[in-house]
Amino acid sequence: MQKQHEETMIALTGLSKQYDGLTALDSIHLQVKKAEIFGIIGKSGAGKSTLIRCVNLLEKPSQGTVIVNQQSLTTLSRHALRAARRKMGMIFQHFNLLSCRTVYDNIALPLEFCNMSKKAIAHAINPLIELTGLSDKKSNYPNELSGGQKQRVAIARALACKPTVLLSDEATSALDPETTHLILQLLKNIRDTLNLTILLITHEMSVIKACCDKVGILDKGKLVEQNEVGEFFAHPNTPIAKNFIVSSLPQTLPAAIADHVLVDERLNTHPVLRLWFFGDAATQPIVGQLINQFKLRINILQAQVESIKKHIMGILIVAVDGDKTQVTASIAYLKQLGIQVEVLGYVPNDIIPFA
Amino acid sequence: MSQMILFLLLNATLQTIYMVVAASFIAVCLGLPLGVILYITRRGNLLAQPLVHHLLAAIVNVTRSIPFIILMIAVIPITRFLVGSSIGTAAAIVPLSFAALPFVARIVDNALLEVDTGLIEAAEAMGATSWQTIIHVLLPEAFANIVNGITLTIINLIGYSAMAGAVGGGGLGDMAVRYGYQRFNSSVMLMTIVMMVILVQAIQFFGDKIAKRVSHNKLS
Ligand SMILES: Nc1ncnc2c1ncn2[C@@H]1O[C@H](COP(=O)(O)OP(=O)(O)O)[C@@H](O)[C@H]1O
Ligand SMILES: [Mg+2]
Repeated sequence: MQKQHEETMIALTGLSKQYDGLTALDSIHLQVKKAEIFGIIGKSGAGKSTLIRCVNLLEKPSQGTVIVNQQSLTTLSRHALRAARRKMGMIFQHFNLLSCRTVYDNIALPLEFCNMSKKAIAHAINPLIELTGLSDKKSNYPNELSGGQKQRVAIARALACKPTVLLSDEATSALDPETTHLILQLLKNIRDTLNLTILLITHEMSVIKACCDKVGILDKGKLVEQNEVGEFFAHPNTPIAKNFIVSSLPQTLPAAIADHVLVDERLNTHPVLRLWFFGDAATQPIVGQLINQFKLRINILQAQVESIKKHIMGILIVAVDGDKTQVTASIAYLKQLGIQVEVLGYVPNDIIPFA
Repeated sequence: MSQMILFLLLNATLQTIYMVVAASFIAVCLGLPLGVILYITRRGNLLAQPLVHHLLAAIVNVTRSIPFIILMIAVIPITRFLVGSSIGTAAAIVPLSFAALPFVARIVDNALLEVDTGLIEAAEAMGATSWQTIIHVLLPEAFANIVNGITLTIINLIGYSAMAGAVGGGGLGDMAVRYGYQRFNSSVMLMTIVMMVILVQAIQFFGDKIAKRVSHNKLS
């Protein structure tokens, strides 16, 4: 009991925030355990930034409690709150580095706020410069760095006071996919080496897939779903969760085919189906069943299968040829298996010939 | 004769420099904190005090809109009180400082407004006090713009100092009026103008140099 309590690093209870009339956050309950990477995903305006800013009280919650590291923040004095904030690092979408300071001096800034001596500062930040791979950029100014390097500086700066919690507000949203990948790797690496608890927010499912242990979905200020990441992909409960998962997979046909897809069925056309698999449905040998059981002929146009923490999910776009009643029956069968089926349109025989 | 003119020119130049430097110094010393207060008391800022802000802003705007020639006369009692006389180079420093002070305050306020609010937020998230945020984040980030603004103020002061000089403050303006205008000596007039141009150019040159050195916003 005591131990379990110790392990919770961030606990939000009944957290709400109103901006004169507008409800930005609506009764959020959330717990983040020690050394966990918890990702919050939501669309623009869902309240993600407001939520993460409530954790270090940059934004004052209208109702509810914020407990970080077993300390209730909403009741602290200004002085005590500043001390608590030093144990929480934060990184931002636009890095927020001081343009007039070198990389080294940017990282030193939070320690200067603690009135540390020059020597103690050097002692504290040199390992961080190593860790974030910035050794050869120490004396450069931010305008001489790439986006990825800037975010590394911001990460090093956030870690300077040896925080127990790191808050990340869309830290990779201004970066290209490759740099995003490297930064997320760095965050995971930091979590492992420093036992850091990370709460990150994003609007991209790929970020959740790449580095989170748990995920929460924020929609119009409500935390509508939260789960362990693998479970989440296997059993998304809400339509918005399914939408986020679906939109993270390629869903369009190759252009050469898409141009010829018709909305209505005509003579000598074949239906094009899009199948979504989540969880157990993904492990069924469905292509074989369609061929054997329904005597259909299948032409695979697009396929992607991903595994997230041992759970499989995927998308399959196929053109089918066969008896019309059999096609209808097969769709019903697939739906019964828990596969989402959509008829995208009809493709003429001369584009995709079934011999 | 021409040697005496040269001596007078040198003397007048030094008087101008003295007036301008002293007034700039006073204006910056008082205008910088005033500008910071204007900025931080604005609604939604570090130490929001809308009432204080609007009061100060009104004072700054009113002082700024008084023409210098009238300001000079209006502050005579203050000048007498501070310097003991209302004429002379030292006395001219008082109205010059009064003229430049609200300018500097506005320049500082504007330069601070240009600083990305994300930096203030980052400092706050690091546990910085308001004072630390001003000293370590806001002022350094705004410094290049403040330097540019102060350069402009100093150049304006050279013009004002010529006006102050014309009413007994000494300096290049005084010389231009006395020798150039009243005695129709156009070569003296020309010399004073050339001297002023040189002063303005020099100030602009060094101002730009300093601003460039402290700015890391653009690749140099
Ligand atoms: N300071 C503020 N004043 C008024 N409304 C705000 C303020 N900050 C955010 N909001 C509103 O709260 C909602 C959530 O904003 P935000 O948390 O920034 O969303 P997200 O980060 O998910 O895009 C939006 O409707 C936004 O307009
Ligand atoms: Mg946001």
